[in-house]
Amino acid sequence: MKNSKFKNGIVSKIYIAVIMLFLYTPIAVLIFYSFNEGKSTVWQGFSLKWYEELFEDDRIMSALWNTISIAVLASIFATILGTAAAIGISNYRGKKRLLIQNISNIPIISPDIVMGVSLMLLFSSLGVLFNFEMGYVTVLIAHICFCVPFVVLSVIPRIRRMDPSIYDAALDLGCNQWQAFYKVVIHELMPGIFSGLLMSFTYSLDDFIISYFTRGAKFQNLSIEIYSMTHRRISPKINALSALLFLAVLIIMIIINLRDRHEEKVRAEKT
Amino acid sequence: MKSRKPSIPYIIWMVVFTMIPIVMIAFTAFTDKDGNFSLEPFTKAFFYTDVFTKSLWIAFISTVICLLLAYPLAYFITKMKKSTQNTVIMLLMIPMWMNFLLRIYAWVTILQQNGPLDKALSILGIHGTYYGNSSAVILGMVYEFLPFMVLPIYTVMSKIDSSLIEAAQDLGSNNFAVFKKVIFPLSIPGVISGITLVFVPSASTFLVAQYLGGTDDIMIGDIIDKIFWTDQNTGSAISLILMVFIFVFLIIMNFFGDEEAIA
Repeated sequence: MKNSKFKNGIVSKIYIAVIMLFLYTPIAVLIFYSFNEGKSTVWQGFSLKWYEELFEDDRIMSALWNTISIAVLASIFATILGTAAAIGISNYRGKKRLLIQNISNIPIISPDIVMGVSLMLLFSSLGVLFNFEMGYVTVLIAHICFCVPFVVLSVIPRIRRMDPSIYDAALDLGCNQWQAFYKVVIHELMPGIFSGLLMSFTYSLDDFIISYFTRGAKFQNLSIEIYSMTHRRISPKINALSALLFLAVLIIMIIINLRDRHEEKVRAEKT
Repeated sequence: MKSRKPSIPYIIWMVVFTMIPIVMIAFTAFTDKDGNFSLEPFTKAFFYTDVFTKSLWIAFISTVICLLLAYPLAYFITKMKKSTQNTVIMLLMIPMWMNFLLRIYAWVTILQQNGPLDKALSILGIHGTYYGNSSAVILGMVYEFLPFMVLPIYTVMSKIDSSLIEAAQDLGSNNFAVFKKVIFPLSIPGVISGITLVFVPSASTFLVAQYLGGTDDIMIGDIIDKIFWTDQNTGSAISLILMVFIFVFLIIMNFFGDEEAIA
């Protein structure tokens, strides 16, 4: 019995290690070549020149700025819109509520490409009507569209779990409705709001397809820049970019993980 | 808190940016270039039946491979210490956060001529380029979407009440019987939602096949991309067919699984 348990432990460790190898080899390869002096996959010595060229590339830098600013704006706006929506929706009952929630889920379940082309149709005909061109703003709106459903989905369960009497208590203690919301209710909903915000932010950062269809002629973000770079020819600057993005993701993940652990500790101490 | 009003902005938002675009797709799919009613876009869409079947086939194979890899992985993870579990899950998610295109591009780098794989195999005297075929496309899909299969299965498995397993053991079940009678049936909702999360994006994604596939590995997403810029009507018709197909698929999956797990 003990022996078989031990064997299982080894098998599972090897299996997990193989999967991790599969997941991380491509990233490791990109990072490795980012330090290559040469252009091809032939190693010609260590160099940081691709990093220098990356930071001197104005197109990539402005694309990076667009990606980050859109992710920040879209996730904040989606979080506000989505949290308000979740509160409103939770006061509907029965079929009406089911209908609203199902419509809200459409952007999640419909394929990205269909959402991309359908928004492109909308924006191009609105553009003709009101005489504007697709660009930063249309991409931002499109990103908000696919972010809000995630916020709604992560806030609604929190509302359901919340004890409604704490809101009434706040009112009894002299808060007006707005005070009761931002002094009491919002703290109860915070974990849901935060995970909605985080999901929105990462989906926005990662998106290519929807930006690609709603960007118009001139707008560039990182995904679109990577797309045009990889289509033209392979440039090692992309490797340098991947390495830096990987580092950023790693740092963010470690921070989130530490925060979760800290919260768990606090919770454990409370009980 | 008891008012429905806060949802009004979002309801208006959904009408403008969710409902109207879908209506527009449907409308464009049933009209010709001059805006008259026509079924021509659909007859043109049927030229691409082969692409449709190929996309679904690739998506199906990718989903099966993801499931075969993910299920044992999820099971093994649940057997570990809680803190190790969190670390492994974090390690699974990090590649997901790297840009989608960079992940595919990384595989192009690995599989290209004179790339790492080619060099490793050249020791054995084998030379070649290892992308430009359907297998490379499937590899790319599995790489892209594997975490989407692992996470829901893991979530469901880790919620299984350990007293159920103990009860089964007390009643004389061996490990295999515990797995067959307790863990497997209870993990089904996770499997269903994993299948949905992998199949839908892999059937409809574009670029993976453009980067890793050969000339005849064109997927439905690539066709929509190619056609839409010149012929919005046919592009809309194909998008509409794809969307209807996905919705039917989701309804069938919903029928098998419990609704909460998918949402």
